[in-house]
Order: sequence, then structure tokens, then C-alpha cells
Amino acid sequence: MSSATPKAVSAPLEFLDERVGLAKLVKSNLRKVFPDHWSFLLGEIALYSFIVLLLSGTFLTLWFKPSMQEIVYNGAYGPMQGLHMSEAFASTLDISFSVRGGLLMRQIHHWAAMLFIGAMTIHMLRVFFTGAFRKPREINWLIGTILLQLGLIEGFTGYSLPDDLLSGTGLRFVEGLIRSVPVVGTYVSFFLFGGEFPGDAIIPRLYPIHILLLPGLILALVAAHIGLVVYHKHTQHTGSGRTNKNVVGYPLMPVYMAKAGGFFFIVFGVTALMGALFQLNPVWIYGPYNAAQVGAGTQPDWYMGWVEGGLRIMPNWETHIAGFTISWNIFIPGVGLLGLLAVVMSIYPFIERWVTGDNREHHLLDKPRNQPTRTGFGVAGMTFYGLLWIGGGNDIIATTFHLAINDITWFLRIAIFIGPVIAFMITKRICIGLQRRDRDKLLHGTESGIVMRLPHGEFIEVHKPLPMEQAYELAAHDRQEPLDIGAGVDHNGVEAPNRRILRLRARVSRFWFGDAVQKPTAGELEAAHTHGHGHDDGHGELEAGESEAHRPEVGAGSGKTPT
Amino acid sequence: MRFGVRGRSRLNTGGDRGRPRLNTGGIRVGSRISAVLSARRRHRFAGAVVVMIALGAFGGAYALASPSSKASADAAQATQIEEGRKLFAVSCSSCHGLNAQGTNEGPTLIGVGAAAVDFQVGTGRMPAQQPGAQIPPKKVVFSDEEIAALSAYVASLGPGPSVPSKEQLNTSDLTDAEIAEGGELFRTNCASCHNVAGKGGALTWGKYAPNLTGSSPRHIYEAMLTGPQQMPVFSEAVITPDDKRKIIGYLEALKTEPSRGGFGLGGLGPVTEGLATWIVGIGSLVIITVWIASRGQKVKGVKGK
Repeated sequence: MSSATPKAVSAPLEFLDERVGLAKLVKSNLRKVFPDHWSFLLGEIALYSFIVLLLSGTFLTLWFKPSMQEIVYNGAYGPMQGLHMSEAFASTLDISFSVRGGLLMRQIHHWAAMLFIGAMTIHMLRVFFTGAFRKPREINWLIGTILLQLGLIEGFTGYSLPDDLLSGTGLRFVEGLIRSVPVVGTYVSFFLFGGEFPGDAIIPRLYPIHILLLPGLILALVAAHIGLVVYHKHTQHTGSGRTNKNVVGYPLMPVYMAKAGGFFFIVFGVTALMGALFQLNPVWIYGPYNAAQVGAGTQPDWYMGWVEGGLRIMPNWETHIAGFTISWNIFIPGVGLLGLLAVVMSIYPFIERWVTGDNREHHLLDKPRNQPTRTGFGVAGMTFYGLLWIGGGNDIIATTFHLAINDITWFLRIAIFIGPVIAFMITKRICIGLQRRDRDKLLHGTESGIVMRLPHGEFIEVHKPLPMEQAYELAAHDRQEPLDIGAGVDHNGVEAPNRRILRLRARVSRFWFGDAVQKPTAGELEAAHTHGHGHDDGHGELEAGESEAHRPEVGAGSGKTPT
Repeated sequence: MRFGVRGRSRLNTGGDRGRPRLNTGGIRVGSRISAVLSARRRHRFAGAVVVMIALGAFGGAYALASPSSKASADAAQATQIEEGRKLFAVSCSSCHGLNAQGTNEGPTLIGVGAAAVDFQVGTGRMPAQQPGAQIPPKKVVFSDEEIAALSAYVASLGPGPSVPSKEQLNTSDLTDAEIAEGGELFRTNCASCHNVAGKGGALTWGKYAPNLTGSSPRHIYEAMLTGPQQMPVFSEAVITPDDKRKIIGYLEALKTEPSRGGFGLGGLGPVTEGLATWIVGIGSLVIITVWIASRGQKVKGVKGK
């Protein structure tokens, strides 16, 4: 502390420093540098909406009664007078109508939950498309996938607590999902619900899960998630001055502190605005849960909409074995899709690592275009998810656009298989086109718009050389050639022992990188820049150079900087 | 008599016609009056007087036995039915047949009652514009009188539910508890197609349960009574008139309830809520992230130069 620091500030700081070593802790972390890019703030949205959830949720616990005890309502809402309902639902009505600010808090809580999972989703997409899951961040990716799934369950338990008609129908959906699991399903269902559905145990049981167990787990994993970000240091986009060994950005204190702190209040503000302006989950319209009732247009919240869609488009397949029914129509889309999400997301980084055989650390992010196959997979996955989303809202879509629900179902049954493939191919082609453009820029510079006529009559467009910064950015990534496994026999003609796996890997690698346009090698750049100024060979040469680039000698141009 | 043979014979005929009537009358009222009457029975105005008395007696008896307006109403109804028949022949018979017996294009209307006609024509569903999965409501093409005439004609073909009365539709005296009961009845019987807020929903193959927010109590009542298109009939035995009134009362209450918690997002539930999450919530937050990040970059750019 400098002598200018007032004693009122320095005294308590010294007190803390002497006891918990504050200075050391602060010194090492306050100047921590974070790179600046809007897409790095998406995870922060999730973090801040989680904080909003904790705050608003705590408020709600003060009045919510997690009980399925049946009572007669005589609260403030007229059109429910004298109805029999659970205490949980009655207390939700009381929060909405009698507690000051209760409805606003309920809506803030619910909107924040929707935003929490939405922000996690786009954050995860950012991490996926930029390859931020690569070594050394695989574990953090895994934590992220677990967080997303915990978020889904947490959201769903919250959706179920008010015990209104919508949430009760959602619980019925989950009960069906559980029962569709062969052999153990019915037992698990009876265990969970304390007997037949709906029983009177499920809400008292979901309550501690929703307010204690899952938030605790999420909080712990969020801490680990952020701890690992600090430990690994944040990834950064390619750009001049940025390498795999540094981080270019602003220090935590004061720039990021201000930005992040301010952003928290913005997120809080947006959730509060949405809570104040948009009605969300009007339980008083849904009414108390009654197993005999169901409303048209009953859907889960958006993050479960894709599973709902899977169920809606699934053909009605059932198998009867020895008096038992196996409901494939529920098991495959319900349990299957949720399982698919968990498995595919968790193993993807490891699959890619196996294919590339890349064991290096990566702190520089990929441009999505430079990984056409991965980007294609990502967009295919989004298409798959989006189509299922349509399925989940098929009735609303049918009535809004005057379509037949059956036509939508049949369209989706086919599109769910074809759509992702088409999306993959289109995305990959777009990426390759963009790569080709980048390569063109590197080799020939940018188009200047000046057309020149040469003495012998030929017209050419003058190309300006690319500014160094831009050229660096375009060429900062690695060349990624398909795996070359060679002839596979040693000089005695004996095949390598793990040849079969190697061949499979080579095939997958060819699929992965075979079509990608590689950035020019140092030699190609040299050649283009020396004789390219005359432009007498024009674009014809570019094409030739390109096809040549598909089969360069191994390791020819792994240099990161263009010369 | 000064009149000729022709005149005389005419008078005679008149007399012959008058006599039996006069006699019957005479037997009923008593012998003294009958003596007077019999003396005057050949008076030239006797026939006319008898007719007047008879008309007066029947008319008076009828007027005493029934509400005074009914007599004219009956006559009016006859003309109304006739008017309805003509309208029907022009606008409906090409599908429902000239005698409403039904054809391949449209069902028979014998026995559907006035309520069905009042609903179908009163909401513009009929006359149908074109065949389809479901006949949609559209602009009403008939005036109230014409609809009433058509209803009367169809009702005259066979017994069926009639248009509900004002008392049946009056929901002003319902208590909160009765309205709540109506809500419970609505959720149990109607919400599975019409949605809990009456916003409508999809059925198979392009059919749908319509949105009830714009429907009048009378049409809702008639729909329950007659089960138009895909809708099942909820007869007075299944849902009593009183329960129907409560259901309508609940729907009316929903309309008058303020939209609590802000803009209602169409009342379509989680689908529109999810759209709002992504478009308004995530959308605005992402724009803000771009703004926050760009603030920093500008500062950096200035510094760099």
C-alpha cells in the first residue's frame, strides 16, 4: 500500500493480509489477463443468470410450501375460489397475487432459468465451433456438459414445483419416460413418486433437490469450471501478437472487473425487465394439477422441447414380450435422446483427438471455417436439434400456419435423418469456399478494384498485397493434412501389427481433412509473391496451386507465420 | 220478394247455410234466446252476424288461453319459416338438399335444431366457401333476421336443440366459486382441445379446435349443445344448462381478468415463452456482449495508434 492510501482503507487490508495472505493472492490474480471478444462473454451470461436464480429463488423459498396436502383455496384470485388444490399450488398463487413483488420475482426466476440454459447452450456452441475444448481443456468441456445436463434437470424440477396443470403434465411425461426403461422402469417410478402417480410425495421430494442438491452441485462445478479457466488461462482468437504461448487482453483489475461487474447488472436488468414485461408460466390460468385434465398446447420449457419433439414424431412402436410391454415409442426418443446428448457431447473432444492424433496444447482458437468437418458436425447437430424443436411445437405450428399436424410429423420423420446430412454438406462447402478465399487472399492479396490493360491487350485486376496483420490472422492456424500411414509394410514386407486400426484412422482422417483447403506453404507464398506481381498467369495458376496443395510433402508448411 | 229467381235462390242458399249453425248456437244458449234468434234467423244479416260471433268467440277463447302476442307470433313464425325455406333453397340446398335431407356434399339438417343453424350461420361457417379439413369461421353473410328465419325453417323440420335464451346465457349472477367450478369443468371437458385459456389447439389432419376468445356466449353454448364439426355434443344431460353457464362465466372471467405479469405472449404457453427467451433475452444479451467487447477494442485501437 502506498503512503497515499487512507488509513481507513489500508488498515483493514493490512489486517487481512497479515492473516490470510491477501496481498499475495491478489497480486497473482488481479493482473490476470483476459482476452477481449464478445463471444467470450456468453458463458458469463450463464454465470450471472445463475446468480440471479440463487437470489430470486431464495426469495421464493420464503413463501413457497412444498406440500401436496390438499386444501380448499380461498385466496386472492377470484376464478379459483373454493377449488381443491395442493398447498404447493395455493402458495404459488399466493406468491403471485398476495406477496408484494412475488409475481415479479417468480417471473424473474423463471426467465433467468430459461436464459441460464440458453446462455449455457450458446456458450457451448461457441466453445465447440472454435475448438476451445481441445487439450488441455477437455475436462473443462466435460464439466460444461455435466453443467448443461444438471441445468436441464434443475430447470425441470423447478417447472414441476408449482403443481399446476402444466407442470403436473410434465411430471406425467417424466413418469412415462422412467417407466419406459425396461425391467426397472416401474420400480424406479414407484420409488420416485412414492407409489402410483401422482401420489403426494413427489413435490416434497423435488423441493430439496431443486433448492439444495442441484444448485449446490452446479455451484461447485461452476467454481471448478471457472477455476480451470483461470488455471488454463483463457483461449484467444488468432491475431497479430497472439500466439499459443501468450494471452493478449486486459487485466482483471480494473478493466475486466468493471466489464464483468457491469455485465452482471446488465444481465440482472434484462431478466428483471423480462420478468416485469412478459408474462411467464401463468399458473392461475393452468389451474391446479388434476390427473384427469390436460390442456392443448401443453409443452415443456424450451430446453426440453427437443425431447418432446422426438416423442411427438416417433412412430408408435411397442414390443410385447411375455406379458411385458417395451415402449420403444417413449424409450428411444425420451431416454435415447437425452442419453445421446450426454454421450455425444462428452466423447466428441476425444474422438477428434483420436482422429487428428494431435497431442499438443491449443490456446489459440480455430476459425470455424478452418475446421470444415467439425463445423459441419456442429451445424448438423443444431439442425437435428432444431428439427426436433419444431416437432415439440408441432401443434402450435400447425394452428399458426394452418398446416396439418400429420404432415409436419411426416416431414420431420424424414427430415430428421436427411436434414442434418444436408446441413453438414452445405456447411462444409461454405467453409471450404471461405478457406479458398483466405488462401486466395494470402497468395494474391486483396482485389483493388483497379482494372489494368496490359500492352498486349490483356485485362487484369490489380491485387494489393494483404496487410501483414491480416495475413498473420489468416495464416495463424496449422495445416491439417489427412493422416498418411504410408505403405504400412516394413522393409521385410511385414505389415505393422496395429495396421487395421491405423487404416480406419486414416480413413476417418481423410473424411475429416481430405476436402479442406490448406493454407499455402511458405514456399507457395514465396513463389506467389515473387512472380505473382506480373499477374500474367492470373487465376489459372491459383487453381493449379490449390490442387497441388492437396498433396504436399508431409510437414512442409507447419510454420505458423507467413513470410 | 222483389228479387228475381236468382236472387231468391241465393238468399235461400244463405239461409240453408246459416240454419244449422244457428240451431247449434240456439241449443247451447237457452230457449228464450233461441226463440228470438229463430224469429230473426232469416234476417238478411243473420249469416254475417253468426260468422262474427263465431270468430269473436274462437278468437276470445284463444286470446284467453295463450299469451296475447302468440297469435300474431304464430302467424309471423309461419311467414318466417317460409322465408327461411326460401333462403335455404337459395343458399344451402345445393349441399344439404332441397328438403334438407342431405347429399354427398353436406349432412342432413333434419333434427339438428335451431341452435345448430344459429351457430353455423351466425359464426360465418355456413354457407361454406369450399370443402376442406374443417370449415373455418368467416364474415357472416346473413342478417340476424335471415339467420333467425333459416333457424326457424330448419327447426320446423324436426325436433332439435333451440337457441339458448337470454336467461341461460346470463352469467352476471355467478359467484366466484361458481366461476371457479366453471373453470374446473372447462379444464376437464374442453381444455384438451381448446387449451386451458381457450386459445385453441391442433387436431389431426389440419383440423383444429378454434380459439374461443372471440366467441360469444351464445355461440359457445350452441357449440356445446350441437357439437359442430369435430366437436363432440355436450348435451344438457351431460353438462347441465347451469354448468354450461358456469363454463361460459369462466371464459368471460378470463377475458375480463387483467393480463397479470405483463404482456401475455399470445397465451400459447412454453413455445412462445421459448421464442421470447431466445429472441428477446439471448438476442439482446448477445448484442450487449458485442457492445461491451467493442468498447474495449475501440480504446485499444486509440492506444495503439
